[in-house]
Amino acid sequence: MALLEIENLVVEFATASGPFRAVDGISLSVNEGEVLAIVGESGSGKSVSMLAVMGLLPWTAKVTADRMAFRGRDLMKLSSPDRRKIIGKDIAMIFQEPIASLNPCFTVGFQIEEVLREHLGLDGKARRRRAIELLKAVGIPDPEERLGAFPHQMSGGQCQRVMIAIAIACNPKLLIADEPTTALDVTIQKQILDLLMRLQTEHGMGMIMITHNMGVVAETADRVVVQYRGRKMEEADVLSLFEAPKHAYTKALLSALPENAVGDRLPTMPDFATLEASQDLGTLR
Amino acid sequence: MNRIILETRNIVRDYHIGGSLFRKPKTVHAVKGVSLKVEEGKTLAIVGESGCGKSTLARMITMIDPPTAGELLIEGEKVDIAHQKLAPELRRKVQIVFQNPYGSLNPRQKIGDVLMEPLIINTDIPAGERRERAMQMLTKVGLDEKHFNRYPHMFSGGQRQRIAIARALMLNPKLLVLDEPVSALDLSVQAQVLNLLGDLQDEFGLTYVFISHDLSVVRYIADDVMVMYFGEAVEYGSRDEVFSSPKHDYTKTLFAATPRADVESIRARLARKAA
Repeated sequence: MALLEIENLVVEFATASGPFRAVDGISLSVNEGEVLAIVGESGSGKSVSMLAVMGLLPWTAKVTADRMAFRGRDLMKLSSPDRRKIIGKDIAMIFQEPIASLNPCFTVGFQIEEVLREHLGLDGKARRRRAIELLKAVGIPDPEERLGAFPHQMSGGQCQRVMIAIAIACNPKLLIADEPTTALDVTIQKQILDLLMRLQTEHGMGMIMITHNMGVVAETADRVVVQYRGRKMEEADVLSLFEAPKHAYTKALLSALPENAVGDRLPTMPDFATLEASQDLGTLR
Repeated sequence: MNRIILETRNIVRDYHIGGSLFRKPKTVHAVKGVSLKVEEGKTLAIVGESGCGKSTLARMITMIDPPTAGELLIEGEKVDIAHQKLAPELRRKVQIVFQNPYGSLNPRQKIGDVLMEPLIINTDIPAGERRERAMQMLTKVGLDEKHFNRYPHMFSGGQRQRIAIARALMLNPKLLVLDEPVSALDLSVQAQVLNLLGDLQDEFGLTYVFISHDLSVVRYIADDVMVMYFGEAVEYGSRDEVFSSPKHDYTKTLFAATPRADVESIRARLARKAA
C-alpha cells in the first residue's frame, strides 16, 4: 500500500511581483519500507513540497493538490488539530541544519521528551527511560549524562543524531530527511547515513531523502525523483537512473559530477540553458 | 622543474584561549608543523574534516595570521608578518577566496566598488583605469559590464562566487588560496566555477591552494594532495599517489566514507540489501 500519495501538488508564494510558483504539479508516492530520493538543485522546490506535506509553510504559501493522502487519509481535508496528531508522530522530519533546528534554550533531553509527552502522553519516568533508549539507538555515548546537555555543547554530528532521535521517537511510518548530511563532514555523513539506513530497515519505515548529492542518492535510495524548477523531470529506480538516465536534464546533472569529467572541463550552464531552450522540460511519464 | 611559488617549513600555529576567573588559559595547537611546496601553475589541494586546521593554514599562507613558529616563503622570499609590516607588493601576490559567497561580500557595496577596493588600498592606479580594469575583470569571470553598479543581493550564489574570484584576481596575484570555494554551490554551478578556475589558471599561470572536503572535486582539480588530520599533514603527495595508494588510516577512512555514484557500487548495495 502506498504510504504517501501526492498528486499534482502546486505551491505558490505571494510575492510583491505577483505569485511565484515554487512547486508546479508534482506527483509522487512512497510505499511502506521504501526509500525515495528527491534530487534537485536549490530552488527546485524539493524542500517546499515536503514542507507542504508537513504543513509547515508560512501563510504566504498557497498549497493546492488533487490528492495528498497519508495511508488513505486526505491531509488537505484534515483540521489542524487532527493533522497535528499525525505530524511529528506518524510523519516525522529531519532538517538540514542540525544546530539551528534544535532550540538553544532547552536541553536535548527536554526536546526529546517534549515529543513523547505531546504524542504518546507518557509520564515523566517513562519519558526519561525512552529518551535514554533513543539516544542509545542513535549512538550517543553515555546517554544519561547527555540528556542534560544543551545543543551548543554538542558537535554538528551529535546534534543531527539528536534530531534523528526526536524524529524516530514515536516510531513514525514515514521519515522525511531534508538534506540530513549536507552540513556535515564526509566521515560523519557516512555514520549518519548508515544510522538512518539501519533504523529504516529495523522499523520498516518509508523514507523520503531530499538531497542534491548524487553520491547520497546512490548510497541510499530505492527509487529517485529528479526535480528541476518545481517540476518532476524523471522518476526511475536508482539503478536505471544512473545506468541509463532518460531525461536530458538528468544526463546533464550526472555529467556535471566531477568524477564523470571527460577531458579537463565539465559540461556547464550554457549546456543547461540550451537544454532548456531546445526542449520542453515537461514531465516524463 | 618549475619555480616554487609557495613553501612552508614546519609551520605551526597555536591559539591561546584566555583564562578567566573560573577557567584556566588553554593553548590550542591548530596547525602542528606542516611543510609543503607548490610549483608555479600547479594546484595543491588540502583535504580534511572541519577543525583539522586547514583554514588556519590558509590564513597563514594568505598572511592574515602570523605563524607561531616555522617559516613561510613566497617566491623564495621569507615572510614574517609577526615582526615586520607587510609590504603592498607582497600582499598583491597572494589573494584568497572564501567559502561562503553570501558572507564574504559587503551587502552595502556595489560590485564595481568591491572590485576596485583592492586597487585603492594596494596601488596608486588612477580612478579611470581602476574602473576599466574592473570592467575587464567582470567579463573575464563570465559576468557582464552592466553588473558593475549592482549590489550583491541581486546575484545568485554562483555569480557571487565569480565576483569573489574576480576581486581576488584584481591585483594579478601569483597565488590564489581557495577556501572551500564550491562547497556552498549546486552541482551545475560548481561545474561552472571549477571550469572558470581552470580557464583562469591556464590564462594567467595561476597557482592554487585549494581547500576542500569533497574528494571528487579534489580528484578533478588537484595536482598534489595533502590530507590533514588534527593539525598534522598525515598524507602528502601527487594526486595519483594519494588516490591509488593511501597510506594513513585516516585517508583510508576518508576514501571509504565518500559516497560513490557509480553503477557497480549501486548494484553491490542493492544486492546486499536483497540478501
